[in-house]
Amino acid sequence: MNSNEVCTNVLVPIGALGLGVDEGDVERGVAAGAHVIACDAGSTDSGPAYLATGVSKYSRAAIKADLRILMRARHAAKIPLLIGSCGTSGCDKSLDWTRDIALEIAQELGQRPRIAMLYSEQDPQTMAKLAESGRMAPLPPTEGVDPEQFRSCDRIVALMGPEPYMAALKAGADIVLGGRTTDTAVLAALPLMRGAGAGPAWHAGKIAECGALCATRPREGGVMIRVGKTSFEVEPLRPGNTCTPHTVSAHMLYENSDPFQLHEPGGMLDVTNARYEAIDERSVRVTGSEFVSRPYTMKLEGAARGGWQTLMLVGIQDRKVLANIDRFLGRMHEVLTTLVNKAMGNAAGNFHISLRPYGWNAVSGLPVNSNVAPPQEIGLLFIATAQTQEVATQIAKTCNPWFFHLPLEEAQGLPSYGFPFSPAELERGQVFEFKLNHVVHVVDAMELVRTSFVEVKEHVDA
Amino acid sequence: MPKLEDVCHQIRSKNAGPFWISVDLFFRDREAFDRYAGAKELQPRQLAPLFGVRTDQVECHLVPDLAVLKISYPRRDPQGGMIERDLHGGQQYVRIVDLELS
Repeated sequence: MNSNEVCTNVLVPIGALGLGVDEGDVERGVAAGAHVIACDAGSTDSGPAYLATGVSKYSRAAIKADLRILMRARHAAKIPLLIGSCGTSGCDKSLDWTRDIALEIAQELGQRPRIAMLYSEQDPQTMAKLAESGRMAPLPPTEGVDPEQFRSCDRIVALMGPEPYMAALKAGADIVLGGRTTDTAVLAALPLMRGAGAGPAWHAGKIAECGALCATRPREGGVMIRVGKTSFEVEPLRPGNTCTPHTVSAHMLYENSDPFQLHEPGGMLDVTNARYEAIDERSVRVTGSEFVSRPYTMKLEGAARGGWQTLMLVGIQDRKVLANIDRFLGRMHEVLTTLVNKAMGNAAGNFHISLRPYGWNAVSGLPVNSNVAPPQEIGLLFIATAQTQEVATQIAKTCNPWFFHLPLEEAQGLPSYGFPFSPAELERGQVFEFKLNHVVHVVDAMELVRTSFVEVKEHVDA
Repeated sequence: MPKLEDVCHQIRSKNAGPFWISVDLFFRDREAFDRYAGAKELQPRQLAPLFGVRTDQVECHLVPDLAVLKISYPRRDPQGGMIERDLHGGQQYVRIVDLELS
């Protein structure tokens, strides 16, 4: 980087808060001149349950251990700490859960940081009204905007850009805990605020979003990004780990449908003309990143509750069955469905039975080539989905005898397959579904964001 | 005719958000990329039925600097619903590794 250029150093300690921050990584990053510590704590990647329920994927202990290291380092270095998408989904409930952990740590460490909270959960009724007034646009492959889809959600979050973080920092925040935010925005916030180029700031954010995943040893800690006006640099925090032009540019492939263009609130990152070059054996400089401004939109994520599921599992080693798995499963599905209809009638409601032969084709659900040899054994998973947990369990119990004993041919005796536990049925809980794949047009970056400040002392005394 | 897995050193798949799957084919080297990344078996028309989607829903992105072909397509059902079999989409690439390339 040109030594005359204003440069902002962002210490990204880990790909996600709760994965296990290494104290040495953070110390090295601070010693190397970090201006901010930033990372995210959430994603949709683990499914809709975390948003629908507002519960964190990672344990409280894991979040607290990581946050403690970061809060201690922040305090000592007198630099801000930014955490995006708190508590996995970034909804209000999981953000407050994270706040309480931060307050507990502050009290234990005798710190009194000024904590800004950025809430971006949205009321489903309000979003439905915005849908009716033409403020929503669908993203592919979704077509059209149905306001009822918005009403059907248990929770909706809007993905924030960097602006709420910048505003909170300008208002004097030491720590910013954000609701749902794009991963890149959390890392781009301080560079943008300090005058970095938009292309380098957003691109650096994307490259560093998963910590050392852009390095040769992807599970080893974090990275430092140094963001300037026309370029940025990336370097791993762990000695022995290295970033190469290949590992850095390859990260643009990760969890993106398009390897060159990334849509963000307020614009699009375009790295078609980016150049990646090694500075030394472990760090990389990137030039040519562009950010094209667009009308400001926020992506929405919405999740709703569906049916309830009860499971059963048997192990099967019976060779005749294994030589004819598909025929066997076809017959079993028919027998079980008939049995439920006959025994439970309307009480079963709108139910669904799925049979998944693990060890055969449970993962793909696709037909297996006829030249494939039978497996030695399979684990056959039974999933009943119904309108309530109780009905799903009644369906499983109704199916139990035939799931346990069904022979391949009627004329054969009564086999008994291997249940691994008793009772045989396992109540799995509810199914959740992502409902929204839309952006909302906003007047400005703050329209759907609510910011508040928490003073540690007040909370402790309360 | 070589199989796809013979000309790649890594093939992987993953969700790209709750509504898309993306498959990355890392060809063995630039030569293998130049020779096979444009093979007719790797065109949207041939890939669409394997992933259970329409031809116009399959995106193919060539990344010559990385010797990568990136294939993206929408999930038939959003991630995590009632009939989910692969929550993170991490196993979806397996169905194409045996493709024979002309």
